[in-house]
Amino acid sequence: MPTPSRYWREIPQRYRFEANQCKKCGLKFFPPRLICPECKGQELEEAKLAEKGKILTYTIIRVPPHQFVDQAPFAVGIAELEDGVKLTGQIVDCEFEDLKVGMPVRLEFRKIFQEGESGILCYGYKFVPD
Amino acid sequence: MEGIIGYGAYIPRNRIKVEEIAKVWGADAPSYKRGLMLEEKSVPSPDQDTITMSVEASKSALKRAKIDPAEIGAVYVGSESHPYAVKPSGTVLAEALGATPEVHTADFEFACKAGTEGMFVALSLVKAGEVKYGLAVGADTSQGAPGDALEYSAAAGAAAFIFGKENVVAKAIKTYSYMTDTPDFWRREYQYYPQHGGRFTGEPAYFKHIVGAGRGIMEKAGMKPADFKYVIFHQPNGKFPFRVGKMLGFEKAQIEPGWLVNRLGNTYSGSSPMGLTATLDVSQPGDMILIVSYGSGAGSDAFIFEVTERIDEVRDLAPRTRDLLDKNKKYLEYGEYAKFRHKIRKAD
Amino acid sequence: MRDVAVIGTGMTKWGELWEKSLRTIFVETALLALNDAGVDRIDSMYVGSMSSGIFVGQEHIASLLADYLGQAPVPSTRVETACASGGLAFRLGFMEVASGMSDVVLVGGIEKMTDVNGYEATYALGTAADQEYEGYHGITFPGLYALIARAHMEKYGTTRKQMAMVAVKNHKNGAKNPLAQFPFEVTVEDVLNSVMVADPLRILDCSPITDGAAAVIICPVEMAKKMGKPVVKIIGSGHATDRIALSSRKDITWLEATYQAGKRAYETAGKSPDEIDVLEVHDCFTIAEICVMEALGMVEKGQGGKAVEDGLTALEGKIPINASGGLKSKGHPVGATGVAQIIEIVKQLRGEADSRQVKDARVGMTQNMGGSGGSTVVHIFERE
Repeated sequence: MPTPSRYWREIPQRYRFEANQCKKCGLKFFPPRLICPECKGQELEEAKLAEKGKILTYTIIRVPPHQFVDQAPFAVGIAELEDGVKLTGQIVDCEFEDLKVGMPVRLEFRKIFQEGESGILCYGYKFVPD
Repeated sequence: MEGIIGYGAYIPRNRIKVEEIAKVWGADAPSYKRGLMLEEKSVPSPDQDTITMSVEASKSALKRAKIDPAEIGAVYVGSESHPYAVKPSGTVLAEALGATPEVHTADFEFACKAGTEGMFVALSLVKAGEVKYGLAVGADTSQGAPGDALEYSAAAGAAAFIFGKENVVAKAIKTYSYMTDTPDFWRREYQYYPQHGGRFTGEPAYFKHIVGAGRGIMEKAGMKPADFKYVIFHQPNGKFPFRVGKMLGFEKAQIEPGWLVNRLGNTYSGSSPMGLTATLDVSQPGDMILIVSYGSGAGSDAFIFEVTERIDEVRDLAPRTRDLLDKNKKYLEYGEYAKFRHKIRKAD
Repeated sequence: MRDVAVIGTGMTKWGELWEKSLRTIFVETALLALNDAGVDRIDSMYVGSMSSGIFVGQEHIASLLADYLGQAPVPSTRVETACASGGLAFRLGFMEVASGMSDVVLVGGIEKMTDVNGYEATYALGTAADQEYEGYHGITFPGLYALIARAHMEKYGTTRKQMAMVAVKNHKNGAKNPLAQFPFEVTVEDVLNSVMVADPLRILDCSPITDGAAAVIICPVEMAKKMGKPVVKIIGSGHATDRIALSSRKDITWLEATYQAGKRAYETAGKSPDEIDVLEVHDCFTIAEICVMEALGMVEKGQGGKAVEDGLTALEGKIPINASGGLKSKGHPVGATGVAQIIEIVKQLRGEADSRQVKDARVGMTQNMGGSGGSTVVHIFERE
């Protein structure tokens, strides 16, 4: 599981949704990249993600990875944000019966997991119903 | 004049009722409800803590303040349930908001008044011209020992205030602090739950300091209770705010809009600050508001605010405190509550 | 480029092989392949293994296995591309023989998954996903495929029953495979009542944790003929990648890497989908088989579920898929799967598949996929 440096490096993405955008074709991607996967352009500029979107697909994890044992069962999904960027995240504050493809969500800052009783606390974004 | 330029609150959506807790411990729910004037309290989900709630409350405050977060010069989080024993909550908050790296950050603690402490310092820095904007948050996910009286009220929530000199929503007219060394409620290092002095937490603690601060600030400002539209006191249970209000000469109607505890519980460092956000939500330009916090150990911070015209512009730019309190609630049973609050000992 | 043939295969029973270590399982299997081929020396070897490091703390298995197979100092290469490690190892071995650089090459795959507990195994498998933007949020492999399943169900009306029928078919076939981990049949009810892992996927929609290895020997077709071996020729090969994170793909229900690898394989083989007599595809989860059928052009987009329901892919059907039992029934020791698929096709084309034999199988295809479709290797074989 992430070492402090691996966690810290992704903070601008996990805390502030910093993305980037291809100057040539306009594609926005998250996390930021060095080369546009569409047009192979290498001129990129900073961008921020839209913070609202819709759920494209979801599931409920019932057999979780180790650090998520106490959270299971929990919902995870892929949401498409208003700016077209898609990302994966947990869906919380929502009863499982209310999960629906197309449901509007927004990004909220939550604790993703913790490294046992003595390790670092790992924060990031989750989807909450909007 | 300096004052609040943005404010915001955050309440997790889980609740647990007094009856549900009483059932498990064989206590008499109706008498607890009557005695504490409490129906239910908020419960944080396992993925929520002082830091996450501070971030969301602060984002709401930013929406109302409409400033560039990079210009925030001070970020303070006051809590008695900071997620780390050593590593600030404030750094995560400042990073999440985009206030880093040119910012002063500190974590505050002083039982339930850690929030207003941060407010005092942030406001003072703005007043002194040391920073352009200062952010202070009072947030807690405090615990009550299982079966103890405090378990019925220990709740979770956050309130954030951004202070500045322009586009002020509520002018800071006066501040005053009143403090003595009074061991009414404490937690030693490595202890999981706090301890308290029972009835000693009343008169020599809560009442003495709130009355001291309330009288002190009104004298300093040359004001009397009737001059205020609203007053907010620290809310450890439903009864104390009304009792101390009466002692100071305030009416129920002045206290009620900021009185959240009966359905929120005691959010500790968030308690009076959230009463203030809820009050601002319903206030009108020209209203005078008095807030007096209380932190065990013991002390009270008092502030007098005067609401400006700007309140009408900003009120609905972010969720209202009472909407967070009353809408979209999810009730828990004791088992799930105990799991969420890590009261169940698991294998390593 | 020379033509290359598979002249020997080796595989032992798959399952929870408590008594056997990684090196033992591999060597036993590789020796079977060497004996089947009738060779005792090789020019080079390739081994597919996804995660020997996490599972048994052992990297550098290229050296370990060359050593224990008694073949040191031959060049030995460990290949990793998640669950497609075996298929890719084969492609690289194929390229080495086709280029003329080597004559006799051993290609094997191995995974020893039961020396760690369930959490560690899930973690190891999870490293095939995007660690920082998928794994970080608690998603597992069943979770990723469940996301695909729900999207497929929403878009095309694929049903839970249709997905279950993939498991039923594969178990029916696997029941005839003496080397399979779970050689027994299951019913649709069994699948639909099994414990939920990640909605809507249940435990019987998921391939298992398995110890096992598989190995083949390849050499130029000329040499195979000289040795008097039945010639099963590699006529097509394709390999493609896709965006690793499911959320980065344009269409969550479409396996682009499988499509691209398949396209290249068809081109190099000069064959079209309807000329394939038998297939082994990567049914890591039941929905995967459905999506793969569509991406390989066996059926129209979205029609995979219906095809399974109509029996198109049964042993006796028009497009028999996973006669071996697939990953579901045969097992899925990750690095070995790609090679085991090839073994099944070779046996089918040689007419050696016993009660699983597909009639008149002359052209066969294997499709081996890594992660949630981030990489895919496809091969086409023809019996001369």
